[in-house]
Amino acid sequence: MTELSRIWRETEYRYNLIGFKCNNCGRSYFPPRDICPYCHRESIGKMEKVKFSGNGEILSYTTVHDAPPAFKRQVPYTLALVKLDEGPVITAQIVDCDPDEVNTGKKVHMVFRKIREDGTNGVIEYGYKFRLN
Amino acid sequence: MLNNVYIIGAGETKFGELWDKSLRNLAVEAGLKAIENAGVYSKDIDAIYGANGLAGTINEQENIGALIADFSGLSNEGIPALRVEASTASGAAAVREAYLSIKSGEYDLVVVGGVEKMTDIHGSSILEKMSSILDREWEAFFGATPAAMAALIARKYMNDFNVEKEALSMFSVNDHLNASKNPDAQYRNKLTLEQAMGATPIADPLNMMDCSPISDGAAAIVLASENFVKKNKKEGVKILSSAVAEDYLSVGSRESIYTLNSAKLAAEKAFKKAGIKRDDISFLEVHDSFSIYGLLELEDLGFAEKGKAKNMVYDDIKLNGRLPVNPSGGLKAKGDPYGAVGIGQVVDAYKQLMEKAGEGQIKNARYALLHNMAGTGASSIVHILGE
Repeated sequence: MTELSRIWRETEYRYNLIGFKCNNCGRSYFPPRDICPYCHRESIGKMEKVKFSGNGEILSYTTVHDAPPAFKRQVPYTLALVKLDEGPVITAQIVDCDPDEVNTGKKVHMVFRKIREDGTNGVIEYGYKFRLN
Repeated sequence: MLNNVYIIGAGETKFGELWDKSLRNLAVEAGLKAIENAGVYSKDIDAIYGANGLAGTINEQENIGALIADFSGLSNEGIPALRVEASTASGAAAVREAYLSIKSGEYDLVVVGGVEKMTDIHGSSILEKMSSILDREWEAFFGATPAAMAALIARKYMNDFNVEKEALSMFSVNDHLNASKNPDAQYRNKLTLEQAMGATPIADPLNMMDCSPISDGAAAIVLASENFVKKNKKEGVKILSSAVAEDYLSVGSRESIYTLNSAKLAAEKAFKKAGIKRDDISFLEVHDSFSIYGLLELEDLGFAEKGKAKNMVYDDIKLNGRLPVNPSGGLKAKGDPYGAVGIGQVVDAYKQLMEKAGEGQIKNARYALLHNMAGTGASSIVHILGE
C-alpha cells in the first residue's frame, strides 16, 4: 500500500504540471529538481517553480501490453515521451484515441486523469496524461 | 604497476527459474564454486563483496552481506562482508569495489558474489518491483516498465536511423545460439528469426523475444593481488581496467534518448586506463536486457557509428565473427538475475580467456570488454580483462 503522504507531497507537480526553471541559465526542468545540472551551485536558491502550458509533441511512443497490477485494467495503453513546449521531456500516457492515431511529431495537450489504483481498498492516484490536439 | 588485480577463480549457479533454491542457497552455491575453483581457503579471504539489486523488495531481505557470510560458514572469522547495490549493474559495481580494495593495498584476496532471486514473486507483481530500476515517481508511477522505456528508445532509434525490427531480433537470435552452448544458461533453445519477429508483443516495437527473462541465479569470482598470485603460484586473468559513469536517471532527461552516455564515458575511461585499443578486443559481453540496448551499446561503447550497429548483427557478432558479442548467451538467453549479471559476465569471460569455455570457446581470445548497465542507462560499468 502506498502511504498517503508519499502521494500527497507530489500532487502539486502531478496535478498542475509544475516544474522548475533555473533563473541562472533559463533552462526548465521536469520532474522537479533542486539543482540545475548545468549551473550547479550557481543555481542554488535560483530554482523557481513554474507551471507549464501543458502543450507539447510526441517524441516517441509505445503500446504497453505487459503492465504491473496497478495498470492491469488499462492494458493495452499508450505510453509516450512528450516534449513540452518549454523544453522538458516527460513520460506519460496518451489517452482518448485509437493507438493507431498516435505518431511521433503529433501535438498533444495535458489532461488531468486517474493514473493508477492501489488494489481495491487502496488510494486512487491522479495526475497528468495527454490527448492528441 | 603496483597491486595488479587478477581473477583466480570463478563459479556460478545455473540461471533460470530455480523454484527449489532460495536467495541464500544460490549465493552460497556460487561462492563455494568460485572458492573451490580458485583453490583458496577461508583463512585467505580478506573481504566479501555481495551484489544484489532487489532482495529488499522481492524477498524482503536486507543485510545481504551478513547473510552471505553467515551461510557460507564464515561468521566465526568476522570477515568483512558488505552488499553493493547499483540496480541492475550491482554485479559489476561489486567487482569494481573489490578491485579498488586490492588496488589500494588494503586487501590481497577478495570474494565477489552476486545473487538475485526473482521468481519468489509471481505474475505481473514482479513487474512493479522491477520497475523500481526506473525513476519510480516520474516514470514507473505513470505506467512505465523497463520494457516500455526500452520500447520508447527503440521506436525513435528505428525511425531516425531507418533500422528494421529484424536487426533487433537478430541480436536475440545470436544470444540464443550462443546460450545453446552454455550449460548455465536459462534458455538453451535456438531461436529462429521468424520466432523472434513473431513473438507476443510486450511494448511495441519490442516483443517477448526482445526482452530478457525473469531469472534466479548467482555468480561469484575470487580476486587476488599480484602478491598473492605470485606467492601462491596461482594462474589468472588480469583486470586491465575498471570504469564507471552515470547519466540522468530518467530517459526523458537525457539530451539524446538513444545515446547511452554512461556507456560511452565508461568505455572511454576504461580504454584509456587499459592502454589497449578497440581493435585489440577479442569479444564483448554487453547488457542487452532488451535487444535495442545491444545495438546501442555496440555504438556507444565505440564499436559502431550511431545508427550503424544494424550492419554488425548478421555476421560480425557471431561466435566465429569479427567481434563475437555475448558468447555467454547474454541477458536474453543466459538470463537476467539483476545483481548476478555483472559477475556472471566475468565468470564467462574468465572461462573464455583461460580457454575453458568448452563448446562456446572463441579462438585466440585475448581481451574481453564487459559492460553492465543500471536501469535504462543511468549507470554503466565497464571492465576490460586480459593477459
